[in-house]
Amino acid sequence: MTARAEHYASPSRVAVEVRGVSKIYDGGVEALNDISLYFPEGQLTTLLGPSGCGKTTLLKIIAGLIAPTSGSVKVEGREVTGPGPERAFVFQDFALMPWASVMRNVAFGLELRGVAKTERERVAQGYIGEVGLKGFEAAYPHALSGGMRQRVGLARALAVNAKVLLMDEPFSAVDEQTRRKFQEDLLRLVAQERKTFIFVTHSIEEAVYVSDRIVLLSKRPSRVSEIITPAIDRSVDPERIRRSQAYLDTVEAIWQGLKRYLE
Amino acid sequence: MATIAEASAARQGGGTRPILAHPLVLRLASVAVVCAAWEYAGRVPISPAFPTFLETMAALFDMIRDGSLGKAFAVTLEPLVIGLAASVIAGVGLGVLMGLNRFAEWLGAPLFIIAQAAPMAALIPIITFAYGIGLLAKVVTVCMMAMPVIVLNSLNAIRHTPTSLIEMGRSFQASRLNLIAKIILPSAAPVIFAGLRLGAASGFIGVILAELLITPTGIGDIITYNQSIAEYPKMYAAIFAIIAVSVLFIEALEWIELTLFRPEKRASA
Repeated sequence: MTARAEHYASPSRVAVEVRGVSKIYDGGVEALNDISLYFPEGQLTTLLGPSGCGKTTLLKIIAGLIAPTSGSVKVEGREVTGPGPERAFVFQDFALMPWASVMRNVAFGLELRGVAKTERERVAQGYIGEVGLKGFEAAYPHALSGGMRQRVGLARALAVNAKVLLMDEPFSAVDEQTRRKFQEDLLRLVAQERKTFIFVTHSIEEAVYVSDRIVLLSKRPSRVSEIITPAIDRSVDPERIRRSQAYLDTVEAIWQGLKRYLE
Repeated sequence: MATIAEASAARQGGGTRPILAHPLVLRLASVAVVCAAWEYAGRVPISPAFPTFLETMAALFDMIRDGSLGKAFAVTLEPLVIGLAASVIAGVGLGVLMGLNRFAEWLGAPLFIIAQAAPMAALIPIITFAYGIGLLAKVVTVCMMAMPVIVLNSLNAIRHTPTSLIEMGRSFQASRLNLIAKIILPSAAPVIFAGLRLGAASGFIGVILAELLITPTGIGDIITYNQSIAEYPKMYAAIFAIIAVSVLFIEALEWIELTLFRPEKRASA
C-alpha cells in the first residue's frame, strides 16, 4: 500500500476532524469506541467495516444528526453541534418525499433555506441535468427506478452546494449494473466538484474503486483498525481500473484484514 | 424517459382490455348482482316484512317526490354535519398534537382507545341523562362514534413518519415548523384521510343510532314509523337512502384527498 506522496508532504487542509468520539446507545450498545480521524479536503474517504460496526453511526455523528456520547467533531474548524449548511447528506433509502415531484425534491434543501422559487428551481434544474435526469423534472419518485431515485437524492445534496458530502451506503439499494455506473459517475463528480466526500459502504470493491482513502473500522465497538490509501491511477479509463493489479491487490489486502472479524 | 413511456403505455394498454374487465363495469355488475339477489329474496319471499328491490325503489321515488325524504334528510344531516365537522377539526388536531408530543399522548390516547372499544348503544342512556334528548345529544353521539378513529389514525400517521425523511429535513436544517408543515403532515395525510373516511362512516352510524334510540327524528323517524305501520318498502327505502348518502360522502372525501393532497396519485391515476 504505497501512499501517494502528496498526502504526507503537504497535508491538504483538513475538512473534517473527529476526535475521541465514542457512542453508547440507550440500552448499552456500544457502537463507537474512541475514534479519532481526519478527513482531508477535496478527497473521497470511505468508512469500511464489517456490517453493524457503526459506520453509519459515525457518519450521522459527523452530520450532526446523532450526538456522540463523548468526543467532538470539527467541520472546517468549527465544532459540530447539529446539522449545518456546509454538510449535505445522501441517504441509503433515498429519503425522497413521495408527494413531491423530482424538481421539488431536488430543490427542497434550498426551499428549507428560504431561497425564492424561481432561483431554487434554476439551481435544481442544473443539477437535475448533471445527474442525468433531464426530462424527469415533473415525475414523481414512485415512477422512477431505484437508481434514478438515488440520482434525485444526490442532486438534492449537490444543490445546496455544501462543502462536505456525507453518503450513507448510497448505492446499496441499487442493482449491480446501475451501481457500477454510479461508481464511475462518482469518480467524475469528485474530480469535478472539488468537494470533500465521506462515503460509507460495506463493499470492499466499491471502497477501493472510488476512494482516495479507506478507513477500516473494526467490529463493534468500532475502533479505527487501519487507514489505507490505494495507489490507483484514476486518470485511466474507468474500465481498466477494475483490472489493474493495484486495484486487485488492495481488494485482497482489505479482505484479508476484514476476514478475522467474521469468525 | 423510458419509465414514463412504459408507464403510459401500460395505462393505454389498460384502455384496450376487454370492456367487461373495466373497473367501472365490474363495480356496476357487483351492485347489479346484489340488487337482483334482493329482488329474488323479496319475491320468494323470505319474510312478509322484506320487500322486493323494485318495491323499495318505488317507495324511495314516492318519498323523494312528496318531499318527505328531503325533509327527513335535512333533520338528520344537522347533527351529522355539526358532529362530523367538530370531530374532523378536533380529532385531527388532537391526533396530530398527540403524535408530536408524548405528554399529550399519555394524557389523551387512553381516553380514545377506550371510547373506540366501548359499545356506543350501551352508552346512549348516559348521553341522554347528561345532554337531554335534543340536538346536542345527537351531536355528542356522532362525535363519540366518529372521533376516536380519527384521533387514533392521526396519531399513528404522525408517529410513523419515516425516520429518514425527518433526518433529511434535519440535515437541511429545517425549522420545527417547516419539519411539521412540509414533511410530517404531508407524509401523514394518507393515513389521516383513511381515518376520516372510517370516522365519517361511524358518524353516519352514530346519527342513525341516536335517531333510533334517543328520539325518532329525520331518517330514524321514517324507519321506526314505517316499521310500526308495516310499510316495509318505505322503511327499507329510508335505510337504502342513508347508506347511499354515506357511500357518496365517503367517495367525496376520497376525491378531496386525491385532488388536494396527493399529486403523485393523480399523476399515476
